[in-house]
Amino acid sequence: MLQLIANGIIFGSIIALGAIGLTMVYGILKFANFAHGDTMSLGAYLALLFLSLQVPFPIAVVLAIAVSIAVAILIDHYLYRFFRTTGPIILLIASVGVALFLRNVILLFWGPDLTYYSRAIHLDFEVIPGISMNSYEIGIIIVTAALIVLVHLFLKKTRIGKAMRASSDNMDLAEVVGIDTRRVIIWTWSVGTALAVFGGIMLGLENGLRPPMGWQLLLPLFAAAILGGIGQPYGAMVGGLIIGIAQEVSTGFISTAYKPAVAFIIMILVLLIRPQGIFGGSKRWI
Amino acid sequence: MDLSGLFSYFVFFLVIVSVYGLLSLGLNIQWGYTKLFNIGIAGFFAVGAYTSAILTTPPAMDRVGGFNMPFLPALVIAVLLSGFIAFLIGIPTLKLKEDYLAIATIGIAETIRLFFNNEAWLANGVRGVSGIPRPFQHYITFNYNLFYLLLMVVFVIGVYLAIEKALKSPWGRVLKAIGEDETVTQAMGKNIIRYKMESLVLGSMIMGMAGSLYAHFIQFISPEVFVPMSATFLVWVMLIAGGSGSNKGALLGALVIWGLWSLTDLITNVVPVDYAVKAGAFRVIAIAIFLEVILLVRPQGILGEKSVMKAAKKQEQE
Repeated sequence: MLQLIANGIIFGSIIALGAIGLTMVYGILKFANFAHGDTMSLGAYLALLFLSLQVPFPIAVVLAIAVSIAVAILIDHYLYRFFRTTGPIILLIASVGVALFLRNVILLFWGPDLTYYSRAIHLDFEVIPGISMNSYEIGIIIVTAALIVLVHLFLKKTRIGKAMRASSDNMDLAEVVGIDTRRVIIWTWSVGTALAVFGGIMLGLENGLRPPMGWQLLLPLFAAAILGGIGQPYGAMVGGLIIGIAQEVSTGFISTAYKPAVAFIIMILVLLIRPQGIFGGSKRWI
Repeated sequence: MDLSGLFSYFVFFLVIVSVYGLLSLGLNIQWGYTKLFNIGIAGFFAVGAYTSAILTTPPAMDRVGGFNMPFLPALVIAVLLSGFIAFLIGIPTLKLKEDYLAIATIGIAETIRLFFNNEAWLANGVRGVSGIPRPFQHYITFNYNLFYLLLMVVFVIGVYLAIEKALKSPWGRVLKAIGEDETVTQAMGKNIIRYKMESLVLGSMIMGMAGSLYAHFIQFISPEVFVPMSATFLVWVMLIAGGSGSNKGALLGALVIWGLWSLTDLITNVVPVDYAVKAGAFRVIAIAIFLEVILLVRPQGILGEKSVMKAAKKQEQE
């Protein structure tokens, strides 16, 4: 049981990283981005590409993030930008198209088979009695915690972070008081994509890489974002951990194949009981 | 391929087009009229197909079912069950913002697929259900596929005429008004949630019907058939390309997109096996780009209709 909860925290960290970006895009650009999961896969595969060019791991991560951000901003500029006035649903349809596009570009270049970053085997060892992890997994938890602190400082302390929070509350009002909403949009994609790429790479370290890896994570991502109150980054962090733990603990009782269904059922329950999510209600980012 | 081979390919092709035509008509009620964003088409399609498969097959030892039920009663049950699932989905989601319905429908579709995939006692799991009987087979002395095509045409025309009539009635005009401006419609005293629910259920029932008819034609179904790509996304492209809001557009979209899809499939089959996966990926990339281009260049589709309220305003001005 303890071990399942620990696994849930690892998996929940990955979900949280994806869900923060998803919920930020939802809060500021006002649409459910169905391509977010595939952005995670793209980042994971780009890291694989740079690693195969003998780039050291940390630099490969940075390069993967940079290229993914460029891709996200290009897609926004050449596609999503034109639909901002036509309402959230056209954006949603467009993002489903982008999701398929990204996934199949990955399939085209890397093929359908499971691949790994490294062939090295990392043995599990007992961290505290009853819980064993390997060094990757400890790294995932530490990096996620650090990233969450960074996101917090970014949103609270920097001018652009404050501008993002203001834009999420009310885009028109933000524009009236002189916030450059174009910059806000670029930053939203950048931060959301960077976190997604971190999540994607971690997922790759933990489970290996397959082209549908991010798409299959989409349901838990949305469940986490809705659970935390959509548009609320802090809610998404908590929601991610709860969904991760719930999914892993459920494997103690039902078939592991039902993990996505567990996320879905939690999501439906939240929609029924408290549709604004745990941290919803006030429209503010706490 | 000789002439008769070409003919039977063409008949087969048109049967599949009419299955997609039904899916596209169902989606048109939901999206084209009421602007309900259902991306779980595959789920309702699967419920229809599996219900018919379980009810009409002969008894089997290793799974539920085999009730040897005749074609038509099974079809009716399949349609009703799909509608019931849609009703359950509608309860938590219809009163919320439109995106939630989208997320919930894709969730239910995936859950349904996982369920059929893992519960082997129900429908044989990944191996699927085979030997689904062909309706009226004993009475047909000529080309059976040709007969099935005629049967499909009857269903498509029947559904088409029925929903054309329904959508031109006062009820249908309310659906359309909700799609165009929900707030105004609500201000006119219409119970929005009720109409949305009716639209969702009716559309999903047609999707279930498509599933049942598909299962009886192919005679074999497995969870693999109900993946989001072929069973949900293609239908969306069909409706958007054909013109959402237009039933003729929905049918035309099914014909054109399935035509393009099959054509690219023929090309995929020609290339060496090593490249088959890549060619398949390329095919999806092409259709995704096609969708984005339509959205950018001609969002109303080939036969799309202009907004009724906008048209009325224009008339007033003139």
